[in-house]
Amino acid sequence: MLDYLVPGLLFFLSALALKDRQDAYSLMLEGGQAGLRLLVSILPTLIFLVTAVQILRASGAAELLSRCFAPLFSRLGIPPETALLVLIRPISGSAALAVGADLMRQYGVDSPVGRTAAVMLGSTETTFYTISVYFGAAGIRKTRYTLPAALFADFVGFFMASMSVRWFYR
Amino acid sequence: MTMTWIWTLLTGSGILCALLLGRGSELAAAIPRGMQEGVTLALSLGGSLCLWSGVGRLMEAVGITGMLSRLLRPFLHRVFPESKQDPLLAQSLSGNICANFLGLGNAATPMGMDAARRLRRGDSASHSLCRLIVLNTASIQLIPANVAAVRSGLGCQTPFDILPAVWLTSICSAGLGLAMAVLLGRVWKDA
Repeated sequence: MLDYLVPGLLFFLSALALKDRQDAYSLMLEGGQAGLRLLVSILPTLIFLVTAVQILRASGAAELLSRCFAPLFSRLGIPPETALLVLIRPISGSAALAVGADLMRQYGVDSPVGRTAAVMLGSTETTFYTISVYFGAAGIRKTRYTLPAALFADFVGFFMASMSVRWFYR
Repeated sequence: MTMTWIWTLLTGSGILCALLLGRGSELAAAIPRGMQEGVTLALSLGGSLCLWSGVGRLMEAVGITGMLSRLLRPFLHRVFPESKQDPLLAQSLSGNICANFLGLGNAATPMGMDAARRLRRGDSASHSLCRLIVLNTASIQLIPANVAAVRSGLGCQTPFDILPAVWLTSICSAGLGLAMAVLLGRVWKDA
């Protein structure tokens, strides 16, 4: 069933547009143009951050970090290899993508570590960035308990990503 | 400026570790390899960004966000009591949540900002505003297209097989995050 979700969605949307006599194909091309402009705008960020991740890995800093966090992470059931991803995910989305992609490549996309990294990336957000955007827009200075609650949600995300990968893919 | 600090910290700690562990040659080789892999990563995202932005434009045109919004109403009134009196606020809130769910980041942010402005009372965050932000930082997404694209680019045969795990994780983190916000809202004392 799951295999038909994405193809089905593509068909459903264009059929719905056709019913309203809308030119679905032109609309998609128009959106696609915007998507590629977005790609061009994030290309430099990705190149710099992937380079930084490679520096961390080649120098042994990434390994050192995961070793420091290993006792804590193992107790929680989170793979220690994902320490850098967990630390950087709330701060920078592109850096998290660079770290996550590197974990998937290094350990294999279908390995427990690679899968956990993918689920973490797919189910969490760039918390600090989001908070600053919204409070900036609303002109709020006292954020009260927003940050602890949001970071708690992130922690639940990292924990559940590790658990669900362990449950679903043996 | 944040990224400047991060970049300096990352490169600095890399050099320090390489010096301590004697990994100079690996460090030097990491830079040309890194920039090459950066391009590869960006290219593996290109198709997904193009196709899903196109699909996103189509979703906007057929008004699917509006359809989903109606399903959300009962939930909305419970979590954001202000939305009962203010239909425009209800519209921005449900639009923001639905657009996030469908992966339409470009559409979600303006609606979320509008809701945040409507929820504003003075310069201190209200309960509803905290909850809105927790929901936005927890990311509930139907199809994490970019992650699937990265997996596919690395040779994965079944890039979408992480979906059930992503859904379960998102629901737990958003649900428990919201519960934590409600709980903290009861006990929080402003300094």
